[in-house]
Amino acid sequence: MSKTAIAYAVSIATFLVTVWLGVSIGTVKIPIETLWNQSDETASNILWQIRMPRVLLAGIVGASLAISGAAFQGLLKNPLADPYTLGVSSGASVGAVITLFFGISIPFLGPFTLPVFSMVGAAVTMFLVIGFARMVDRSMKMETIILTGIIFGSFLGSVLSLMIALTQEELRQIVGWLLGSVSMRGWKYVTMVLPFFIIGSFMLWLNRRELNALLFGEERAHHLGVNVKQRKLMILLGGSVLTGSAVAVSGTIGFVGLVVPHMTRMLWGSDHRHVLPLSLFNGASLLIICDLVARTVISPAELPVGVITAFIGAPVFAYIFYKQRRKGAM
Amino acid sequence: MMLKVDNISGGYGKEPIVKNVTFNVEKGEVLGILGPNGSGKSTLLKIISGILPKQSGKVMIAGKPSSAYTQKQFAQQVAVLPQLHAHAFSHTVKDTVALGRYPYQSGIFSSWSEFDEQAVQEAMEFTGVTRYENKAIELLSGGEQQRVFVAQALAQQAPILLLDEPTNHLDIAHQQQLLDTIRNQARHKGITVISVFHDINLAALYCDRLLLLKDGEVATIGAPQDVVLEQEIHEVYNARIKTQPHPELPKPQMTMLPNLQEKAAQFHVTKADVTIQQDHVLLQSSQPLKTISSAVHNAGLGWYRTFVNRGVNADYMIEDVQRENTDYLRSHGYHLTDTVAMMTAVSPEHVEVEEYEGELCSIVVVVTAGVGNAVDVSKSWQREDIPYFGTINTWVFINGIVSEEAFVQALITATEAKTKALQDEQVKDPESGTIATGTSTDSLLIASTQQGTSLPYAGPITQLGKLIGKGVYDCTVRAIHSYRRAVGGTQ
Repeated sequence: MSKTAIAYAVSIATFLVTVWLGVSIGTVKIPIETLWNQSDETASNILWQIRMPRVLLAGIVGASLAISGAAFQGLLKNPLADPYTLGVSSGASVGAVITLFFGISIPFLGPFTLPVFSMVGAAVTMFLVIGFARMVDRSMKMETIILTGIIFGSFLGSVLSLMIALTQEELRQIVGWLLGSVSMRGWKYVTMVLPFFIIGSFMLWLNRRELNALLFGEERAHHLGVNVKQRKLMILLGGSVLTGSAVAVSGTIGFVGLVVPHMTRMLWGSDHRHVLPLSLFNGASLLIICDLVARTVISPAELPVGVITAFIGAPVFAYIFYKQRRKGAM
Repeated sequence: MMLKVDNISGGYGKEPIVKNVTFNVEKGEVLGILGPNGSGKSTLLKIISGILPKQSGKVMIAGKPSSAYTQKQFAQQVAVLPQLHAHAFSHTVKDTVALGRYPYQSGIFSSWSEFDEQAVQEAMEFTGVTRYENKAIELLSGGEQQRVFVAQALAQQAPILLLDEPTNHLDIAHQQQLLDTIRNQARHKGITVISVFHDINLAALYCDRLLLLKDGEVATIGAPQDVVLEQEIHEVYNARIKTQPHPELPKPQMTMLPNLQEKAAQFHVTKADVTIQQDHVLLQSSQPLKTISSAVHNAGLGWYRTFVNRGVNADYMIEDVQRENTDYLRSHGYHLTDTVAMMTAVSPEHVEVEEYEGELCSIVVVVTAGVGNAVDVSKSWQREDIPYFGTINTWVFINGIVSEEAFVQALITATEAKTKALQDEQVKDPESGTIATGTSTDSLLIASTQQGTSLPYAGPITQLGKLIGKGVYDCTVRAIHSYRRAVGGTQ
């Protein structure tokens, strides 16, 4: 079996195991037979109405963040880039909170108004961050981009705080949502995010070869025959669609887009033809596990899943930063 | 015509960096772009490859304007070899080379064909990176990495290859390897190469034609020998240089002429510098002399301080003379790279040394003459090739600045004077019985201090020529007398 085949086998198997764990572990233990044997109605209800949508939502959000992280890293040649560190998640949050705050609902978008506004917030932030970083330093060093992300993230964070302070009664709920959570969302949210997940992933997957070329820099990619302008736009939009829709349903969950592609590359190399699909499965697995931990570790209370991902993600961030600086590659 | 650049101007900002540049490159030709820093070399390349916009003019690739190609089509025509960069992520060597096939990939799903695979394998073999195939590129040395990128560019199978200082940061072995590879590729596959060079000598060596840029405009374009000229280089780079032929190839090479502040101490070669040692004649100069000679050790052109004329026995029969002589010099404590050495069967006390003064310069002549092996050069074709003994070794040291032309004239003048001495002394070729012109193993050395008066010529009626003619003639006659007294005959 080739290395690639092993990579896919391991990733898919891990994904299936985490789904199984995710649906069966909890205050009530649900045996796996419940999936096909519906004799125990309570168990079946818990599985299909509560756990399954939650696990799938966690999976989709994790996958979205991981693939967009992988794509941002490739595009910016920056191993520290992910929707969270770039401030794109904050942008998406602002888009989402504005929608909630003003109770905006665009008629023909209906329930998709929230994710669409979130995506617009993500895309606008993305272009602002990259535009500003380029203005500061044409060579777009690793630190420049991350600092710019922090600047925009902080600013947008304060905008969020301001809006939360103005809402008052729903304060707690929005704060919980901001910390990132996939609890009590139900199938409605799964169906709301799924189409955007498919579109965004497909947009990025179409650019897998281009991302490989872009790892050598935009100029090199241009010489290899990549239509850089057009491809870059497509990758940024694809990443924004994924980030925006993920944030719309789960709030800000940091570092998934950083940790997963990094692990995937470390184990199986940085060819985007495989990094993208493998990140999809591994991102889903990671967030399902994190969510499982978040809801069981201090049971019956729940932690926001963003707390768990940050707990794992920040040290990994530190580690990658240390390694890159040591390598002197930037 | 593979590539036509027609009157292009352009650059980063409003003010064009490259101005009205026009040139053509034929299929299979290697064109080097030279110019000082900031002259627009890289900019010109970037305008051709489409990275930078042009303000006016046309770039024609294989008969079509470059704007008529899509990005992928353009990459099928033109490959670019990048300068070496560090990377944050690591690809394997094979994946990196395989990216060169990007312009041929299309469709949603993978369309990797047999043909793509073959192109990649071929490129890796040609550049010798196949054995690193599965290694991460960042684990390779700079030279190896650069070869991987050459392979990537070759896998692109474009008829035009653009290079921007491809040998930057490479040591000379890797520079040579890389440029050999590219040059061979150009020859075998008819690839047209346009490369920016920093090093004028490398460019002259590997290019068919050179384009010299100055302030964004073409200063000269032509064959290396018409571009690498003292005058041209001085005008464009504002640096003093001198050109020389390459020792193996008909290509010019240049050397910088430094403007050093330190003033060389004045010195002269005098008769007193010559001493007679136990088994050799020695001249030690305080500073190196520019020398041309037909010596045993360090023949040809060079700068030397120690001059040895070694007397050996008549039965000296050694297979590897070079080696034996080297050992001899070493055992006497002479610095091998600083010494010119000749051999003679005459013992050192028969040497004749004299100093000659003219108005402009002075010379020192040193001659040993063994004439037992005298030859009439016009009859020597009748002789059989058996070893003879007896040699006339002539040294002429000149206090002055001697031009290259004068060096050659000095060789002629000294030889003529020697021959005349032999004639007047009635030295005969024992085989033909005619007057000899020299011996079969004569050596001549002309050395100069390259200080003081400039001496452009050394023909027989110039002042230097007169001194050489008289000096060599006198000393040779006296050396023949001395030799004859020693052997007691009248050869």
